[in-house]
Amino acid sequence: MSSDISDKADDSSKVSIWNDPKARGIFFQVILVAVIAYLVWALVDNTIRNLEARKIASGFGFLDTTASFGINQVLINYTEASSYGAVFIVGLLNTLLVAGVGILFATIIGFSVGIMRLSKNWVVAKIATVYIEVLRNIPLLLQIFFWYFAVLRAVPDKRSKASLFDTFNINVTGIWMPKPLPQDGFNIVVIAVLIGIVLAFIVKKWAKKRQAATGQQFPVIWASLGLIVGLPFVIYLISGSPLEWAYPEFRETGSRLRMGFQLGTGLQIIPEFLALLFALSLYTATFIAEIVRAGILAVSYGQTEAASALGIKNSHTLRLIIIPQAMRVIIPPLTSQYLNLTKNSSLAVAIAYPDLVSVFAGTVLNQTGQAVEIIMMTMGVYLTISIVTSIFMNWYNATMALVER
Amino acid sequence: MKYKLLSVALGAAIGFTASAATAGTLDDVKKKGFVQCGVSQGLSGFSNPDAKGNWSGLDVDVCRAVAAAVFGDDKKVKYTPLSAKERFTALQSGEIDILSRNTTWTATRDTALGLNFAGVNYYDGQGFMVRKDLGVSSALELNGASVCTNTGTTTELNVADYFRENKMKYEVIAFEKADEVIQAYDAGRCDVFTTDASGLYAQRLKLQDASKHIVLPEIISKEPLGPVVRQGDDQWFNLVKWTVFAMVNAEEMGVTSANVDSKKAGSPADKRLLGVEGNFGKNLGVGNDWAYNIVKLVGNYAESFNRNVGPDTPLGIARGVNALWSKGGIQYAPPIR
Repeated sequence: MSSDISDKADDSSKVSIWNDPKARGIFFQVILVAVIAYLVWALVDNTIRNLEARKIASGFGFLDTTASFGINQVLINYTEASSYGAVFIVGLLNTLLVAGVGILFATIIGFSVGIMRLSKNWVVAKIATVYIEVLRNIPLLLQIFFWYFAVLRAVPDKRSKASLFDTFNINVTGIWMPKPLPQDGFNIVVIAVLIGIVLAFIVKKWAKKRQAATGQQFPVIWASLGLIVGLPFVIYLISGSPLEWAYPEFRETGSRLRMGFQLGTGLQIIPEFLALLFALSLYTATFIAEIVRAGILAVSYGQTEAASALGIKNSHTLRLIIIPQAMRVIIPPLTSQYLNLTKNSSLAVAIAYPDLVSVFAGTVLNQTGQAVEIIMMTMGVYLTISIVTSIFMNWYNATMALVER
Repeated sequence: MKYKLLSVALGAAIGFTASAATAGTLDDVKKKGFVQCGVSQGLSGFSNPDAKGNWSGLDVDVCRAVAAAVFGDDKKVKYTPLSAKERFTALQSGEIDILSRNTTWTATRDTALGLNFAGVNYYDGQGFMVRKDLGVSSALELNGASVCTNTGTTTELNVADYFRENKMKYEVIAFEKADEVIQAYDAGRCDVFTTDASGLYAQRLKLQDASKHIVLPEIISKEPLGPVVRQGDDQWFNLVKWTVFAMVNAEEMGVTSANVDSKKAGSPADKRLLGVEGNFGKNLGVGNDWAYNIVKLVGNYAESFNRNVGPDTPLGIARGVNALWSKGGIQYAPPIR
């Protein structure tokens, strides 16, 4: 008997390796990894050998070669004599610019429309519904074309302009406005803004602490606004307004070609950027609006009733009770929309906005023919942008998540 | 667009694997029964589909002529419309057999891209088109202009060089598709539309009121346009090269699609061209009647030119430098002997 028991006790060690689920699991995983590694190696090796066999240039040396083509929106110092590496930076920054501003606009519009759609006011709710249903059901590329070509034909031509306060001008070449030129001493103002932000955080913490201790409220929003905007403004005035404005030059005489806004004067926002920005933000905002609506509806109505039973104002109910709970539902799908917007910005190529895909994976690829390197770099950039956005949103989600005690 | 590009890149990787293991392009073409020809997305006179999807044009005729040489049937061609920036990747990856898409022969393209240019079927140069009401009569007056063009073309580089060289300011707006360039120009986004001169005449037809636009006299570059094949396949390279030469030789010898049958009994040179004497087709890997089929089904160079871009077409382009060398132009083909 005793021998029987001991037999059973180390049963697992006596079972053949082939029947051991753990060993089997490891075995198949090793095989899978080996197969994937082989496929990757075979693909890379074959590509390199074929590139050599066909005498197609390879390697990253091309990044130092002179680009010798012009780009109509550059955020860094770029001329035709700059290198392909500089083109990469220009394209990357243009992509980040349109994606960043697009995310900001899409979020603001999306949240507003999402809340509007839940409004008890019939007209407001219907306007939101129509906006969402129309825009999210039309392909994005068509919307980009619409904003570009329809609006181009609707605004004044290159030789004339429509102005707002004589400061903001619009015509077919885009929006022209004064360009801020920081003078000596403007650094103080920038420092003041930073100090304002830090102070605003401190005030917020202090106000929270005080409210927890005494129940007294403090107008944090107004105080923060005062610190971040007011403080730098006062310093700006005290330091003698160290900021000058370069107005765009508009010629109304001379040869017809030279009439209109002069290139390189003032601040020009090209219509390609505007069209892409409008299309991306309005399109993505429809999805965000639905996500926001879903999030708000996911918060039980009992919460609202409880809030009104406690005599909390409607606006406070929304801001302090509904939204914080809704955010937990909203943030994960919101992240996907941000990623979509960033990736969709590559449609820029259709309307000549010089984003990464257009200038780098387009023009540079065509001139150098180094498809493998360039597409890999471009994919790497989108991957990095998306992962960074994801990490940030996951962190934000963690801070908003329900803290269980 | 991103996805399209990715698929081209992916196709490139897979294509390398596949085509590395197979025989020459000519054998592949014979096996599959048609020539896969990369063309533009629609450029009148060069490669343009009609309402029924039938392609025609000067560049299309090269593909038809190659099909005629290989199969004796000019209809055994399948067309792949490509944007300027996709075209080389498509050829490198083996997606197409010939690229015949108003493509400029340059040193980089010939040496660093793994490609070979199989001759020149149209000598072009880059020009500018502007609205008449601008009152501009020379490209040197274009200081401060905004310029619409195509991405991934030599024109984008030439225009940058030209404005820099003449110390003029400019703003370039580069679109992927030729149709979007002309739309943006028509909408007034830019003052100047620039591309190869032939393209200017072709695209001008798409404007709302073509008579309000003029092409400036300056030609700022040399743009020899011709069919392209992959490097390292000499048999296919030879066939495409001699197809172009055969059409030019036929014109020079007065062989047309109308008289090709009677010319079979013509001079010794005619007999060599049309495969009555000699083994020129065999050496190319096709039938000896290759050039006969080309001329019979597609026509000689003059016929192709006049049918697609010549004075009697909407484009109305004169032969100019594209005339035969014997008539004041520079079209010249080595002899078939």
